[in-house]
Amino acid sequence: MNPVINSNIAVSVRNISKHFGGGKELVKALDGVSIDISDNEFFTLLGPSGCGKTTLLRLIAGFELSTVGEIFLYDEEIENLPPHKRSINTVFQHYALFPHMTVEENVGFGLRMLNRDPTEIKRRSMETLELVKMDQFANRKPVQLSGGQQQRIALARALAPEPKVLLLDEPLSALDLKLRQAMRMELKNLQRETGITFIFVTHDQEEALTMSDRIAVMSAGKIQQVGGPMDIYERPINRFVADFIGDSNFLQAKIESVLDNQANCLLSDNFSICTSLVGTHPTGSTVTLAIRPEKIKLNDESTLRGDIQETVYLGTDTNYIIKLNDSTTITVRDQNGVTGDARYSKGQSVGLHIPDSSVRMLAD
Amino acid sequence: MELPRRNPVTRRWLALSPAIVVVSIFMILPMIILLVFSFMEADPYGGVDPGFTTEAYVQILYERDFDDLLIFDPVYLNIIGRSVLLALLATIGCLVLGLPVAYFIARQSSRTQSLLLYLITIPFWTNLLVRTYAWILLLSSDGVIEQPLKFLGVIDESLDMMYTNGAVAVGLIYSYLPLMVLPIYASLEKLDFRLIEAAHDLYADRFRVARYVIFPLAAPGIVAGCILVLVPSLGAFIAPDLLGGGKKLMLGSLIQVQFASARNWPFGSAVAICLLALVMMMLMYQARIASKRRRETGD
Ligand SMILES: Nc1ncnc2c1ncn2[C@@H]1O[C@H](COP(=O)(O)OP(=O)(O)OP(=O)(O)O)[C@@H](O)[C@H]1O
Ligand SMILES: [Mg+2]
Repeated sequence: MNPVINSNIAVSVRNISKHFGGGKELVKALDGVSIDISDNEFFTLLGPSGCGKTTLLRLIAGFELSTVGEIFLYDEEIENLPPHKRSINTVFQHYALFPHMTVEENVGFGLRMLNRDPTEIKRRSMETLELVKMDQFANRKPVQLSGGQQQRIALARALAPEPKVLLLDEPLSALDLKLRQAMRMELKNLQRETGITFIFVTHDQEEALTMSDRIAVMSAGKIQQVGGPMDIYERPINRFVADFIGDSNFLQAKIESVLDNQANCLLSDNFSICTSLVGTHPTGSTVTLAIRPEKIKLNDESTLRGDIQETVYLGTDTNYIIKLNDSTTITVRDQNGVTGDARYSKGQSVGLHIPDSSVRMLAD
Repeated sequence: MELPRRNPVTRRWLALSPAIVVVSIFMILPMIILLVFSFMEADPYGGVDPGFTTEAYVQILYERDFDDLLIFDPVYLNIIGRSVLLALLATIGCLVLGLPVAYFIARQSSRTQSLLLYLITIPFWTNLLVRTYAWILLLSSDGVIEQPLKFLGVIDESLDMMYTNGAVAVGLIYSYLPLMVLPIYASLEKLDFRLIEAAHDLYADRFRVARYVIFPLAAPGIVAGCILVLVPSLGAFIAPDLLGGGKKLMLGSLIQVQFASARNWPFGSAVAICLLALVMMMLMYQARIASKRRRETGD
């Protein structure tokens, strides 16, 4: 009933579920989602298509009502507030700029609806346009702008009223790669400069890792893991996260012994790995270990051996697909030599060294 | 057969020629006949007699007394005034009713949309005359509306709804409502509903969303709908005749009477030409405003 007063939390989503349709057609777009997003944070919702990211944003913005659960904005329950009474603005995926208004009118629209003084609207619109480097386009119509320019206007329009929280639904997905990379840094800087809490939606893991303070990985309407980019990448808690973020090898291993919560696991060729025990796996049971391809070293002295089945040239690196003696395959990513040549070739037998610290036991 | 190689201008005219022929025969020719008739002398048995006279136009404003003196007579001006007022009333009524209907239809799923549009066009399947008679049954004293009210004791005396300007306006609104709904629907259907969400998101309440987003973007459809309702309303004669009982004559009825019972073709033609001029002036004014707005907004 009485929420804990903690003004450091900008948006608090508590046990939210959202169902669409009913009967056989029932879609659980969100299924018991809880997250706290801190003030001034660049928070990213990351997940595959259809996992419910847009639905969560629309609930926070007020375009949909939740089936169950509550949403708080700075300790105020906002579930019953319509969108125009929430100090939250959205940058829409397809920009949704008003075609009958000039760029400046678009940017000033929010302030105008807040009944601000016309001179203030003018000043603030131009300021915001300068911030996104679009001030020279103030008198154009949206149709006269390129996709990237429209994107900046959409951003400026949402920033101009200085909302408490800015929601961004895949704002970069319609841009080409170079522009997207440039915009990532700009967005990050904008967030720091304005101090506004950003909730950013993407299905691009690289985007999420480079920009975010924290990331929530979502799948099938549920939050899988919340953490900083490094947490998520280095310490994925389950198979979904390990697989979705970056590349991972999943190896079956048998727990030999457990001491001080450190499990000693055996792989092919009786190669032993010592890693923290996650979950409640008894001694003797088989567990899944996740290992990033770039963390494995090719080292002929190692007892773990395999044959190179395939090599995939990646420019800076080469991926080696190696078949171990127990016939599981494992991918190893190795940096190419100074001349750019791959260090090993197909068919060669190699030794693999897997550092203990690079391995992560999965809970599932 | 190979078309002779001509310059593109000639070819374009050639391609347009069937349309030009149709338009000439069915639109321009009748108007010329009308114009010519309006300057001829009336034949007492209907039709026209040769000879040039401006009598028909003089008749619109003046009456001749026994000494052949012209006396100003506002009876026809009154009819013109009433026609314009009732047509404007009908247009506003259609707009107020039609805009929400069009908006509602445009927000449905595409299957429901086609069904609803189909329903909107159903009245066109039967004759306007018959449908207007139905309104007599509804509006007349002791009609379908009054009887239950009297029975329930809501009213004691007849509301006298028939044969009033109001009854004519209702009839006009009823007749031309689909002509308002369809063009507005067409422009709303193209409207991106995400814009409405965006406006809500930027602190606009429902009223302001309508005012600043829906209305401007539906403007072309609204203008088209207003023209489509206003123009036929000005010339309507079924609703004024049946529901106005001939007491509330409008331009359309006046013209119709001249060609039928009054047998004064030149006068009927002259009134028709005046109506045409009135409509043309309004359309030209509207076109000027539209082009001015386009210049201002730089489209
Ligand atoms: N209005 C709706 N009616 C019925 N189902 C819906 C509706 N909106 C979303 N859904 C369903 O809810 C699920 C989540 O949709 P959502 O749009 O939130 O996904 P998303 O994570 O944003 O995906 P994407 O990355 O493709 O944008 C999907 O299965 C979708 O089909
Ligand atoms: Mg989405």
